[in-house]
Amino acid sequence: MADRHKQTKSKYTLDRKVPGAFEGETVTRRRLMGLGVNGAGIVAASAFLLPALGFAIGPIFSREPFEWQPIGPPADFTQDTYKTETVTIVPGLGEVGKSTAYVRARNPAIDTEPADQYNQFIALSSRCMHLGCPVRFTAAAARFICPCHGGVYNFRGIPVGGPPVRPLDRFYTRVNNGLVELGPRYSVNSELRRFSARDPGQPLDGIGQYLYPARFSTSVLPKN
Amino acid sequence: MPKLPAPPLPKSLKPKPKRPGEGNGNGNGNGAVGLSHPVAEAGVSAVDWIDERTSLSGGIRWMLFRKVPRGVNWFYTLGSATMFAFLSQAVTGVFLAMYYRPDATGGAYESMRYITDQAFLGQFVRGMHKWGSSVMVILIFLHMARTFFFGAYKYPREMTWIIGVVLLILTMAMSFTGYLLPFDQRAYWATIVGVNINGTGPFIGPYLSDFLRAGPEFGATTLSRFYAIHMLLLPGLIIALIGAHLWLITKLGISAPPWLKGEPDPELEQTEV
Ligand code: HEM
Ligand code: FES
Repeated sequence: MADRHKQTKSKYTLDRKVPGAFEGETVTRRRLMGLGVNGAGIVAASAFLLPALGFAIGPIFSREPFEWQPIGPPADFTQDTYKTETVTIVPGLGEVGKSTAYVRARNPAIDTEPADQYNQFIALSSRCMHLGCPVRFTAAAARFICPCHGGVYNFRGIPVGGPPVRPLDRFYTRVNNGLVELGPRYSVNSELRRFSARDPGQPLDGIGQYLYPARFSTSVLPKN
Repeated sequence: MPKLPAPPLPKSLKPKPKRPGEGNGNGNGNGAVGLSHPVAEAGVSAVDWIDERTSLSGGIRWMLFRKVPRGVNWFYTLGSATMFAFLSQAVTGVFLAMYYRPDATGGAYESMRYITDQAFLGQFVRGMHKWGSSVMVILIFLHMARTFFFGAYKYPREMTWIIGVVLLILTMAMSFTGYLLPFDQRAYWATIVGVNINGTGPFIGPYLSDFLRAGPEFGATTLSRFYAIHMLLLPGLIIALIGAHLWLITKLGISAPPWLKGEPDPELEQTEV
């Protein structure tokens, strides 16, 4: 559709009778000044805002490194009870950077998930999958029990009571130089399918796996 | 500018009118009110000097000596009470910050122990800040309930309400970030739980908790991050928004209680023939 106004209004300031217009000028000096001042302001503000913002949100995108942590010879771990091991989650932070893993040997009679090189030993994270309190293994009941809101998990770490939304997270395990080693943490859904580590409170069944996407920051196993 | 009412000073403080023929110390004996003592005059001229250059007194009178409707009552003081609770938090917080160390490897807890057990009045000031934070949260909710039940959020005061909602959220964020700082077991686990609640928001939740923790795990910078948000970012925003809140209250005037019937101006009732 033709714009009627386009014809009547010339692009030259001289034709539009702008005071002080020059021959061939299309942008008034007032307008040029306005654009320049606003542009300079935007540049000046971005010069400090963008770096500061990047600095603040940077940790979301930096991937955490990890190290395999030896925890003892394979003979230390039995199939029918858990051994408590301290793992370093964040190095150099003392107590605050440590967490607990419950480790046992794989028992093909109850561990129905497919076996591979990373689950010859089952290492469960003590982090409750409701909101992250530390669960404790109670050998007499063969249950993991959470002190915060009453979450209960069975011997395999699958929730059987209370608010937890998925089974306990696990650590990759391997045997290296005659020692069992713990690798990075990973999450599982109710069929014990592996997902990169998620935070507690995020279900991974059905729609949950799409609502809570993987993060850039979680450490992953190197491809071998 | 309309004539503003004189400040309600008690009689004994009001300047006495001059007797006829008496000078006012400025050498012009025209009977104007004046102060004769040179020291008193120095104070007055200092105030005048500032006021001539800033016109502050007009703003102060605009703020403090405004008309309020009949029927305002004690519930109208809840907003000021919240503000004084915030000021108390700000002052005690600044002094706590002189001793506090946001060091996750144990320094934070030790500095809190030092404040509580060793520093002169440290336990008292820490107590003021700790209990004062609950007082502020209680007061902010009571103030919100007052404005809600009095219908004070209605036209033209919607913006005052919206700013209030932001202030409420910022106060909650203050409580959340402050709770981690003592860095004892309760502080640590409560923050873990709080960050994980954030994480349950769909799609952005996982990234939000990465942002709060500065990484996928509770790490070395989480505490200093919370501390900076708690003592710099949020107080700055709260101060700015309290200013905007008060400016709107003064500009729009305080609302009348809902049970007060509007009284038509008798002048408007007169029928012109
Ligand atoms: C809206 C106002 C504020 C609220 C609601 C608030 C809330 C809190 C809470 C709940 C704690 C934990 C107290 C404890 O468990 O002992 C805390 C601690 C702390 N806050 Fe604030 N705060 C406020 C303002 C400020 C300001 C303005 C500063 C400093 C500029 C500050 C600095 C601190 C410091 C250094 C601590 C650690 C000391 C301690 O835990 O007792 N706060 N705050
Ligand atoms: S954190 Fe374990 S039940 Fe809530």
